[in-house]
Amino acid sequence: MNGQGIATTSSVAMLRTLSLVAGISGLLVVLAYQLSMPLIAENKRIAIERALFKVIPGAVSRRNFRVTERGIVPAAEGVTDGPLIYAGYDDQGRLSGIALEAAAQGYQDVIRLLYSVDPACQCIRGIEVLKMAETPGIGDKIAKDPAFLENFSALDVRLNSAGSGLAHDIVMVKHGTKSEPWQIDAISGATISSRAVARMLNDSARQLLPQIFPHIDQLQDSNRGTP
Amino acid sequence: MSLPNQEEQVSMDTFLRGLWEENPVFVMLLGMCPVLAVSNSAINALAMGLATTFVLLCSSSLVSLLRKLIPKQVRIATYIVIIATFVTIVDYAIQAISLELYNALGAFIQLIVVNCVILGRAEAYASKQRLGATVINSLGMGAGFTIALLCLGTVREILGAGSLFGYSLFAENFQPWVVMILPPGGFFVLGGWLLAFNWYRQRRARKLLEQQGATAHGS
Repeated sequence: MNGQGIATTSSVAMLRTLSLVAGISGLLVVLAYQLSMPLIAENKRIAIERALFKVIPGAVSRRNFRVTERGIVPAAEGVTDGPLIYAGYDDQGRLSGIALEAAAQGYQDVIRLLYSVDPACQCIRGIEVLKMAETPGIGDKIAKDPAFLENFSALDVRLNSAGSGLAHDIVMVKHGTKSEPWQIDAISGATISSRAVARMLNDSARQLLPQIFPHIDQLQDSNRGTP
Repeated sequence: MSLPNQEEQVSMDTFLRGLWEENPVFVMLLGMCPVLAVSNSAINALAMGLATTFVLLCSSSLVSLLRKLIPKQVRIATYIVIIATFVTIVDYAIQAISLELYNALGAFIQLIVVNCVILGRAEAYASKQRLGATVINSLGMGAGFTIALLCLGTVREILGAGSLFGYSLFAENFQPWVVMILPPGGFFVLGGWLLAFNWYRQRRARKLLEQQGATAHGS
């Protein structure tokens, strides 16, 4: 590749090399995709299940449903509309809780989490952060701080008398001033992250729970039907 | 930094240059973006180092194999396509190994494409050298990059989280130095390592000079 070479390099040579390299590249990428896809799908399933069994107390198996305009339907191949919810069952096949996904803008990026609702007490039983980019040591306490997670041992989400929304909005209150079961005690110093959690839970619960609670029997029956 | 234009004889130096004399991080200061961004824990640093080493090794080898076929005018385009291919493969591989790790490394896996260490090796070394020398040299550079990332990652994790590879090192009452796992901590620790590395290098060079001076004087 000296000065002479540059002058005489033909377009054919350039095209040939680029096509060859593109061909090799395409082959390798498709091969890698084909080989890794089943493993990645399996990893994603395990990640969801691990979060699910952690967030729903006592759950050992699960089924996916979708909340659609026609009611709650099992999430099958053809059904793609409506938000996905997960029903968790204990070892005797009884419904032990449902888990829903919620998301809202946090301090740096969107926070996504999974929360579980106990239909018996109509309360939130736990949260599990799936994805966040909150400041380490400050905002990321929403995932681990025991005092903050204590808020979700029985966070009240009862419906109002008309069944169209929550009886009380889930709200964040200043650290140490929680007095009602529907309030979330903020983490001191991480108000923005705490408020994001309260806001996403309130939005998601207010919208979805009125559609889910009246049909809760459907979730139990559909499990009994299958071995 | 000697960039041989003729083909290099493979020697121990071909490998060791990447670790010490031409260390990509501590001497050449290349690839600073992932160095600062994902060295907040030892495991992230190790994974990033290994991923970069894999891409470096594979892309340099392919460039070296095709070096007589690649016209000068389209060489950068060719290198980028080759590098992007192996980055995509690494991206899928890490997702298949661990989603947790994949989420922790974030966009920096895809950004290996523009890591100057790799393009620099392809342009300055692999395009002129035989496959054997390229493989050895790339392994050395990759090891140098990985070790440098680990140096930063261990210090930042110990100071900023009080743990190493996820295992707690201190008693309950240890108050972690949180700034160390935040971006400013990356700059502090990198500065500290550069100081130590260059101090040692200069001391060694001075000693060597004094020795030579002494022998010249003695004779």
